[in-house]
Amino acid sequence: MDSVFSNVARAPEDPILGVTVAYNNDPSPVKINLGVGAYRTEEGKPLVLDVVRKAEQLLVNDPSRVKEYIPIVGIADFNKLSAKLILGADSPAIKENRVATIQCLSGTGSLRVGAEFLKKHYHQSVIYIPKPTWGNHPKVFNLAGLSVEYFRYYDPATRGLDFKGLLEDLGAAPSGAIVLLHACAHNPTGVDPTSEQWEQIRQLMRSKSLLPFFDSAYQGFASGSLDTDAQSVRTFVADGGECLIAQSYAKNMGLYGERVGALSIVCKSADVASKVESQVKLVVRPMYSSPPIHGASIVATILKSSDMYNNWTIELKEMADRIKSMRQQLFEAIQARGTPGDWSHIIKQIGMFTFTGLNKEQVEFMTQEFHIYMTSDGRISMAGLSSKTVPHLADAMHAAVTRLG
Amino acid sequence: MASSMLSLGSTSLLPREINKDKLKLGTSNSKPFLKAKSFSRVTMTVAVKPSRFEGITMAPPDPILGVSEAFKADNNEMKLNLGVGAYRTEELQPYVLNVVKKAENLMLERGDNKEYLPIEGLAAFNKATAELLFGAGHPVIKEQRVATIQGLSGTGSLRLAAALIERYFPGAKVVISSPTWGNHKNIFNDAKVPWSEYRYYDPKTIGLDFEGMIADIKEAPEGSFILLHGCAHNPTGIDPTPEQWVKIADVIQEKNHIPFFDVAYQGFASGSLDEDAASVRLFAERGMEFFVAQSYSKNLGLYAERIGAINVVCSSADAATRVKSQLKRIARPMYSNPPVHGARIVANVVGDATMFSEWKAEMEMMAGRIKTVRQELYDSLVSKDKSGKDWSFILKQIGMFSFTGLNKAQQSDNMTDKWHVYMTKDGRISLAGLSLAKCEYLADAIIDSYHNVS
Repeated sequence: MDSVFSNVARAPEDPILGVTVAYNNDPSPVKINLGVGAYRTEEGKPLVLDVVRKAEQLLVNDPSRVKEYIPIVGIADFNKLSAKLILGADSPAIKENRVATIQCLSGTGSLRVGAEFLKKHYHQSVIYIPKPTWGNHPKVFNLAGLSVEYFRYYDPATRGLDFKGLLEDLGAAPSGAIVLLHACAHNPTGVDPTSEQWEQIRQLMRSKSLLPFFDSAYQGFASGSLDTDAQSVRTFVADGGECLIAQSYAKNMGLYGERVGALSIVCKSADVASKVESQVKLVVRPMYSSPPIHGASIVATILKSSDMYNNWTIELKEMADRIKSMRQQLFEAIQARGTPGDWSHIIKQIGMFTFTGLNKEQVEFMTQEFHIYMTSDGRISMAGLSSKTVPHLADAMHAAVTRLG
Repeated sequence: MASSMLSLGSTSLLPREINKDKLKLGTSNSKPFLKAKSFSRVTMTVAVKPSRFEGITMAPPDPILGVSEAFKADNNEMKLNLGVGAYRTEELQPYVLNVVKKAENLMLERGDNKEYLPIEGLAAFNKATAELLFGAGHPVIKEQRVATIQGLSGTGSLRLAAALIERYFPGAKVVISSPTWGNHKNIFNDAKVPWSEYRYYDPKTIGLDFEGMIADIKEAPEGSFILLHGCAHNPTGIDPTPEQWVKIADVIQEKNHIPFFDVAYQGFASGSLDEDAASVRLFAERGMEFFVAQSYSKNLGLYAERIGAINVVCSSADAATRVKSQLKRIARPMYSNPPVHGARIVANVVGDATMFSEWKAEMEMMAGRIKTVRQELYDSLVSKDKSGKDWSFILKQIGMFSFTGLNKAQQSDNMTDKWHVYMTKDGRISLAGLSLAKCEYLADAIIDSYHNVS
């Protein structure tokens, strides 16, 4: 029988998630997975935060809890608390009811719903994204019907920010264009603008009516402070202008598989915000009807209780500190081996990832010879390292640079 | 906060210098993030620019979910919510299955982690769900011809399939029953898949317009997707008989159409998982390629966990592998990977013989309560209505919903405004939201709306 699917080709594995697939298939005892950005303990194990376990216990043991459909926009408490978390408790935008917040499926879901909303209701359908950016970004926006343009971001020569290029490219963007900004801990480079640079970006964007769309996947995880990591977003909101924000709790609460996030749309007025919310519901209903209850309930439980919130901030800082310590150890290990080149970017970059500057050939070499699993753009997840495995990685990098430099 | 006018189009701004100590961002403990001490905080309020979203109008409330919102706002003590299809106990309370609580406690005790699932979802869930649908050991499973990926309940699974159809069957139409679940059209519209309707509900008989259905399916362009409700048709509750299903399969095969099943009530309609899967299995026997979207919202009461699956039965294992890979390519830019909690609950319940038996018992209980309520409603209608109208359609229909025939707007408005009975405008009531105690009241309301409102 002729299949109706004969023209359906086999899709390649997702480049990021495919790394873990390849890692799982490798029998080597020295293999290291530095692919997907999921936090690992010093023992190389996944971590469920204590405060998350506690919250889950409370939920599961509560006899009054039901599994009825939650509203299309998600759990009301969760939405309010998420907006407060990113914007600050005394944000005028919140006080003036100008923020429409919709619970979505982690960062990806928030980005997709926001993009679909913009495609339907915003006059500009081009979005500018940094070069490079998270591999899934262009796909999310393309499938939502937006066209994607790039602005210069990473400078391979300095392994830092190409600020001049960024300003030029955003300066040349058409008025009203949407601009994707990583709120902190840029993925994959780990290179963030300074606060002075953020201010210049803000002024430029407001002068051209460029619409900011923040991707905040690492609040609290980058510097260890929830407020510090939200500053870029807060300065934009402080000027009274509009923006979109996609929040994820995957990393900072370790809720990866529960798919918890929120899309906030900061509007000029409460009236506009309420209309915007009603229209976002029309995007969600034909996509998945309403979001999943479990993860968002955990988040709301934690954010509501000042004790649990405080305990969370402590566990969050521990994770951020361990990553910073991995950066330091890797940097020192490379120095100790006398690997040629300037490797200070390892400690200058921030967040879960380091953009090593290694090329595709070097990465392949490291995988084949040293069983190091990472994305081919040279990005490594520091969260996947431990004091025990740093030496092996340093050996691999040293070999790759000296033999294939 | 100070405000200054932004001069449009100019890159030189007029900042007002502000003492940084007075400016607060976020919590009162936050420090201004400026590193240089002498740098004054500059802020502006963009006071004159209109909102970029000014022209956006208020969207109407969802016709189904909006009913519950209206119900909540009603203070009348006789009010009855027969809107959304969520099971209620005789006391009209939501119901969390015991077996679900057991599974959740097990999961807590085990200390399962919260790592990302693969894009296609939890493997144990995918295996279990396909086996439930086709029967473990069915040839399509043995031969690995089913591409199964975990989806966000029924809606999410339908959406993934719709996106696949749009991509790989450009121009192909989906033909849906008239009427059908309100959200089906939205899903295909947003996925940009064209659709048309086949006749289904006959208002004269309050039954199936079988000839119309067959004629319209025959007339659809060859290779169309035919959306079929596996059991317990929503909103009518009217299902084809086994003989009619055979004829439906015949005409679909004849026209090389592709069946697309929406299975939201397996086990919930008759009380038996196998019986409710009969239509799907009939098509599998024919060796056809087809789609099946599944949901565990009702039969496992996991509504808010959003757990379901899309299954694509293919003619070969190779085709199934390719199709699965493309479904993943659609899911990744939508939500990356699906939520783990509901999937684990299902996998645990189905994977343990004791829990699986307990589930079947609870499901029989839920389906049983609905059948009992149908009978009681019918009995009340027959005893109260002296007009001789035939109410037997209530007993012939199956599943959570009943199509009352009250499809004129004034009639359903009368139900709500006069009797405080909340239902959808197409005349659908959810029997899951009805108790034996309220059957007489509801019968009065239906009789009144039927005879006295035009």
